[in-house]
Amino acid sequence: MKHTISVLVENHSGVLSRISGLFSRRGFNIESLAVGPTHDPSISRITIVADGDDHTVEQIEKQLNKLIEVIKVKTFGRDEFVARELMIVKVNAPAEKRSEIMTIAEITGAKVMDITLSTMTLELCDRYDRLCRFENVIEPYGILEMARTGTVAVERGSDYFSPKKGS
Amino acid sequence: MKMTVSQAMVECLKAEGIKVVYGYPGAAICPFYDALLSAEKDIRNILVRHEANGGHAASGYARITGKPAVCIATSGPGAVNLITAIATAYADSIPLICITGQVNTDQIGSDVFQEADITGAAEPFVKHSYLLKDPKDVGRAFKEAFYIAGTGRPGPVLIDVPMDVQKMTLDFEYPKKVDIRSYKPTGKGNYLQVKRVTEALRSAEKPLICIGGGVFASNAQNEIVELSETLNIPVITTMMGISVFSDDNPLYVGMIGTHGMKIANYAVNACDTLFLVGARVGDRAVKTPLDLERTTKILHIDIDPAEIGKNIGADYPLVGDAKQVLRQMLDYIKKNPEGCADHSGWLRQIEENKVPTEFAQPVKGTVNPKEFLQKLAERMPANVNICADVGQNQIWSSRYYFKRGGRFLTSGGMGTMGYSVPCAVGAKMADPSRPTIAICGDGGFQMNFMELATAVQYGVDIKVIVMTNTRLGMVRELQTIGYNDRQTGVFLDGSPDFVKLAAAYGIPAIRVNDEKSEKEAIERLAEDKGLLLAEVVVDKDFPTL
Repeated sequence: MKHTISVLVENHSGVLSRISGLFSRRGFNIESLAVGPTHDPSISRITIVADGDDHTVEQIEKQLNKLIEVIKVKTFGRDEFVARELMIVKVNAPAEKRSEIMTIAEITGAKVMDITLSTMTLELCDRYDRLCRFENVIEPYGILEMARTGTVAVERGSDYFSPKKGS
Repeated sequence: MKMTVSQAMVECLKAEGIKVVYGYPGAAICPFYDALLSAEKDIRNILVRHEANGGHAASGYARITGKPAVCIATSGPGAVNLITAIATAYADSIPLICITGQVNTDQIGSDVFQEADITGAAEPFVKHSYLLKDPKDVGRAFKEAFYIAGTGRPGPVLIDVPMDVQKMTLDFEYPKKVDIRSYKPTGKGNYLQVKRVTEALRSAEKPLICIGGGVFASNAQNEIVELSETLNIPVITTMMGISVFSDDNPLYVGMIGTHGMKIANYAVNACDTLFLVGARVGDRAVKTPLDLERTTKILHIDIDPAEIGKNIGADYPLVGDAKQVLRQMLDYIKKNPEGCADHSGWLRQIEENKVPTEFAQPVKGTVNPKEFLQKLAERMPANVNICADVGQNQIWSSRYYFKRGGRFLTSGGMGTMGYSVPCAVGAKMADPSRPTIAICGDGGFQMNFMELATAVQYGVDIKVIVMTNTRLGMVRELQTIGYNDRQTGVFLDGSPDFVKLAAAYGIPAIRVNDEKSEKEAIERLAEDKGLLLAEVVVDKDFPTL
């Protein structure tokens, strides 16, 4: 089962390698990992989507907490969070296919970032599963290149994840 | 005060009460060594003969003092050599401060001479690490490193310092306080859970206490003995928990595990409630944790939340420092003395299933190593440190050397061959009042005998027992049992004459191969002042168990 884990870490060099190293040596599978700064410049936030049963996820959480530079870890329960991922995809788009692709973009909410005589580059920011569906429908046109950011997520509702609040 | 980073590093060590460091210099750590020379009145600088052994010596030292000990290596190969010791300390939760030199800051990443990314390479085996690039971080890094290494679940912390940084100057003051927002180790246990665990333990019909190395790490020896005696509950240990209990305590059953005492394993299978204290249920201690989990109520104290539920599910998890939690349990019992079940029938049941040890007659020209160790233990004072290596010698030392209050030190988690002699050097220096014996095989000894020179050079009075069977005995046995006796790569032919080898170091030595020499060796191991080596000749097919 897929789990979305948010990790607040000290914004030090080397933290990311400690975290990714921990996943590989403990045999935890990462589906995606996204890292970026937060409103507090001393803290970075890492969002990890990992695969595993409850026991594995419990171990992931505990092992992450053992890293000195990890400030806080939270695994989101189902529907407890809002999540987005950005995908940029370059597809074959000869003139006769352009309007078809435009229709797909319109339906899915993708935007055109760039266009040439033979290709189109589209961006879509949405949930993981919707990106997958978009990929499925665009795939027959011939994907030339694709990049995804990995999921980022925050808690749904007025509660929030902060280094200061109790665990 | 204005000083160089190297001088500041020395000041940090002094402020932490460090009296001795174990290391091996090289170009990239020379500025720090230079500063150490100026502080030689305060800090003894021991030149080991291999970096890993410096780490093992610091490990022996730390295990006796209960505080972080320091080892040093230069950049590149020196630092990389240290990794085995770091991993060994990590596996057994031993607090080390490992200081390594690094190439100049502007050269990092360009593969210059003797460059290795040691913080990266050691990452899986350290509790934390620092690469000091800014001179003003030195005080904070050392203060944090000592705090992190020595608190919570102890472990090694690495501080890598580029050579140019070591030479920089700064206005130095050692921080008085340490505050790491993301590191707040738990001390006391949750009161309600303490109560639940205590009730579950004392009301059980057949409870059993299992002690791991965490009891030493938290210095909770007295508390666990008091608890088991108060509640009249039998005790087993993992290999790391050996010597918490004296072997002659009637409540002590023995060491569990694949190479443990039959009676201890019997007790694990027969108990209805197992109370794990600072034991991580490693695979060599409990082979089938899932079976045990099904049949037995598991109560588990550990300071590391990740150990609870990792290898065995706990019915009653309790996160906290063993000493504090056990003290809380004892206080609770004092206030609520009722409710302890009668365990005398259970103790009798264990007693009745004990089988007396019988020693086989040794083959001519050899001695029975088990019997030798038992006789030696009877002759030695109670407070002896036994530093066992890895392999058959380790199992014999753990099972047949009767402990009555000293320490049993071995590489339990990592199983690092060659640990015993350097560990003994460190342990002896930490407390010279205790007789200290390294016990190893002819395999492990040939991985660490260079440390005899260290012992000679610094006058460290250790006794060394080398059990020789010209085999890697345990691997040979595994090949016999598991590989249809296809023995390969286990023959130690070509080994030196160990008595002559000792003589080359100026160390008196004795070969033990019959009853007479056995008697003499035991007498001399107990009475001789100064270094002594005893080669104990063991039959090549002598079984581990």
